[in-house]
Amino acid sequence: MTTTETPGADLPLQQLERVVIRFAGDSGDGMQITGNQFTQTSAVFGNDLATLPDFPAEIRAPAGTRPGVSGFQLQFSSKDIHTPGDAPDVLVAMNPAALVVNLGALKAGGTLVINTGAFKANDLKKAKLGSNPLEDGTLDGYRVIPVDINARVLEALSDSALSTKEKARCKNFYTLGLMYWLYSRPLDSTVNWLKVKFKSRPELIEANELALRAGFNAGDIHELFQGQYEVPKTEELPAGTYRNMMGNDAIAMGLVAGAQLAGLQPVLGSYPITPASTILESLASYKHHGVVTMQMEDEIAAICSAIGASFSGSLGITTTSGPGMALKTEAMGLAISTELPLVIVNIQRAGPSTGMPTKVEQSDLLQAIFGRNGDAPIPVISCSRPSDAFELTIDAVRIAVQYMTPVILLSDNFIANGAEPWLLPDLKDIKPFPVQFAEDPENHRTFARDEKGSRAWAKPGTPGMEFRIGGLEKDIDGNVSYDPENHQAMTDQRHNKIAAIAQTIPTPAVDGPDSGDLLVLGWGSTVGILTQAVETVRENGLSVSRLHLTHIWPLPKGLEEIFSNFKAILVPEMNMGQLTRVLRGEMPHHNFIPHNKVTGQPFLTTEVAAKIENILKG
Amino acid sequence: MSETATTKLTRKDFVSDQEVRWCPGCGDYAILASMQKYMADSGADPAKTVFVSGIGCSSRFPYYMNTYGFHTIHGRAPAIATGIKVANPDLSVWIVTGDGDALSIGGNHLAHILRRNVDVNILLFNNEIYGLTKGQYSPTSPVGTVRKSTPMGSVDRPFNPISFALGCNATFVARSIDTDAKHLTKVFAAADAHRGTSFVEILQNCVIFNKDFYSKVVDRSVRADMTVDLTPGEKIIYGAEEDKGMRFCANGLEKCSAADADLWDPATATESQAYAISQLDQDPETPKPIGVFRSVDAQVYEQQVHQQVEAAVADKGPGKVEDLVCAGDRWTID
Repeated sequence: MTTTETPGADLPLQQLERVVIRFAGDSGDGMQITGNQFTQTSAVFGNDLATLPDFPAEIRAPAGTRPGVSGFQLQFSSKDIHTPGDAPDVLVAMNPAALVVNLGALKAGGTLVINTGAFKANDLKKAKLGSNPLEDGTLDGYRVIPVDINARVLEALSDSALSTKEKARCKNFYTLGLMYWLYSRPLDSTVNWLKVKFKSRPELIEANELALRAGFNAGDIHELFQGQYEVPKTEELPAGTYRNMMGNDAIAMGLVAGAQLAGLQPVLGSYPITPASTILESLASYKHHGVVTMQMEDEIAAICSAIGASFSGSLGITTTSGPGMALKTEAMGLAISTELPLVIVNIQRAGPSTGMPTKVEQSDLLQAIFGRNGDAPIPVISCSRPSDAFELTIDAVRIAVQYMTPVILLSDNFIANGAEPWLLPDLKDIKPFPVQFAEDPENHRTFARDEKGSRAWAKPGTPGMEFRIGGLEKDIDGNVSYDPENHQAMTDQRHNKIAAIAQTIPTPAVDGPDSGDLLVLGWGSTVGILTQAVETVRENGLSVSRLHLTHIWPLPKGLEEIFSNFKAILVPEMNMGQLTRVLRGEMPHHNFIPHNKVTGQPFLTTEVAAKIENILKG
Repeated sequence: MSETATTKLTRKDFVSDQEVRWCPGCGDYAILASMQKYMADSGADPAKTVFVSGIGCSSRFPYYMNTYGFHTIHGRAPAIATGIKVANPDLSVWIVTGDGDALSIGGNHLAHILRRNVDVNILLFNNEIYGLTKGQYSPTSPVGTVRKSTPMGSVDRPFNPISFALGCNATFVARSIDTDAKHLTKVFAAADAHRGTSFVEILQNCVIFNKDFYSKVVDRSVRADMTVDLTPGEKIIYGAEEDKGMRFCANGLEKCSAADADLWDPATATESQAYAISQLDQDPETPKPIGVFRSVDAQVYEQQVHQQVEAAVADKGPGKVEDLVCAGDRWTID
């Protein structure tokens, strides 16, 4: 840590390697916007970062109550980081409920920025607090920065024509300005954002910008803090052009790109569901890319309309979350039976049933692999982070069209709403996979197979190719067949076709030594935490390796060999052991150790590191 | 249609090579024959025609048509057909469904395709019974229907398919009879010509589980007196002697002499008139209306969907993936 002088101020400027901030307030306080703005500014500034939005499912739970608390945590760093951080260095609490819900997570001795204007008797009552935590010793041991943000923002906007209520709503930008000052962030990215966001309401641009600048200046003038900090831009990320990316946006773009690489029109049938709706919304705004979107009457109609689009020769796509997957199950079977390409995106959330719609879980894995009637194999791919979602979505499209099969692409709430820098791909490097439709009726048979085991795709409108297909078992010409041997043969062919996809999936690389006592095996959004946990353990002098799966069904080839070089394989998952079950079924001769957590929150690095050390030292 | 464009197709050209497996005497045979003939006579292009069905006896229909066909899952044909038509608006799409498929398990999708006005034709074969599952009552069976699943009689009130469609703001609603090839063909032609969703209920005999349920209305001996054909542009006249008529009244239509009969125009009649007429058969003494209940113009779903895409392209220029990926604030690390 170096200390330098801030130009034009007496307060010292300290350099830090990384900072974890959590913004917490009422769900009407704009904490997600505040967090996203801080993220965007830090990304453009050149930090590596990772985010964890954590908000209630209720749009506006009763104001000031504990269930209504919305949080946004981010870690930004001058180093290559993998997680949003376990414990925040700084907690910004906009009201008593936000304080008590989040205080336990704050690092010992951490900094608390508290909006004291929201700690009146009634506020304490709403948060079910018997005494004022500002006065009762609750905050002993923390560095408390009390700011009456409610009052300061009204003062800053005293000349504004806005109503008092509207002025009060600018308090998140005052807070943001304060934090920008503390961490020496530039304001221009947020000012530009305000200009676009409130294009039609210039008075809101003015007021929010005033609030932002007032907060920034307050840091300087009022000497609220003992100094300013700076987290320099990172030099550790690979060279190239970056942008900040969230998982759902990356999937929406990947779908457009994938369809183009296949030479198909993307047709989305979807039904709004948390946390997948933003993919529908994004794709609906990509109409100039030739994207057709249909917001259907339910989840079943959504997948069925997508299947119809594929039948017509377009790329059918449907996007949903777990409960929607349950409803789509029967139609998935139809796409499997008729061997039509289809991309099914499941942004997982905590279940079962409605579960916890805005919380993270990885508990739809077995549903994805096995959850259908009959022997109904489907390839399953999982994104790990916002920055691999684009590429994996394209791969889902490739598999769907090359193998004439529905493909399930899994993501989760953490990836969907989390953000990180994305090294922009060179699109010229992505190999196209144009679809060749069958157009010659001569010798064409509807379910004749190529060397991959896939059937040819013929579409209505082609003269002389008229065929009938359906969900009944069929023979090679698509005609209904109850012949026992035919059913065995068709079932085998469908099974073999999906198994053969493994030949096109690269064996994942082991991070660390390729043999040893322990391999940590993960999939999905745990990638950052597992990477960090393994690094932590290695810093403590222990040897541990790590492997992460993106293609889960079929499993990539080469795993058996990798696994056989380790005494034990730890499988941390945010479910009750679903990948462990799959692995034990497929490769029973290895020592898989499940490590499970289903709190609706990601693993902490420390939790996983402790488990690893426990096994290695055990 | 390339080579065949100059060669007139016959009914046989629309017959697939599959053996028809409905029960002997099933009303579906007559509907199939009428459709195959209509296709040939109307100059339909088999390559651009798709029959889509759900599950049930009627839903085997696509296998027997030498066109494109998709036998899908129970109740979902309207949703699948919506995707087919939106992805390729040049196709002529026909949905074949039954009273259970369309009005029980698929009621939601039927309601929504009618609301959206996708340009497809829906043929609902109504035999007021579940045939494929061996004779349970259906959502169009009358109250008191005694079957294996309702040994003491069904207690739930039936849907009237015509009233249902009208209630969903359908733009074309008609009814015909399986064995009346002439009438059926006339209704097929009107449905085919209509832009938007055409809904056609076809009264259809299930000889095994609900034999002749409709005989009081459609038997040759009573049909002229017990049905009244709503023909666009013609007076509403019925009866073996063509001496009876109907005229508008507060409740829709009422019986009158042929001389006093009103002219029928499904494009100008109000929705409430059409609805009231659809309810006439509640009275067993009043003839059951067949023919075209409603035929009005409205915006077609898939056309608007594509118009929006075209408008967006015209406004913003054809999108490039690079522009999507390389948007927003970016920074470079050397």
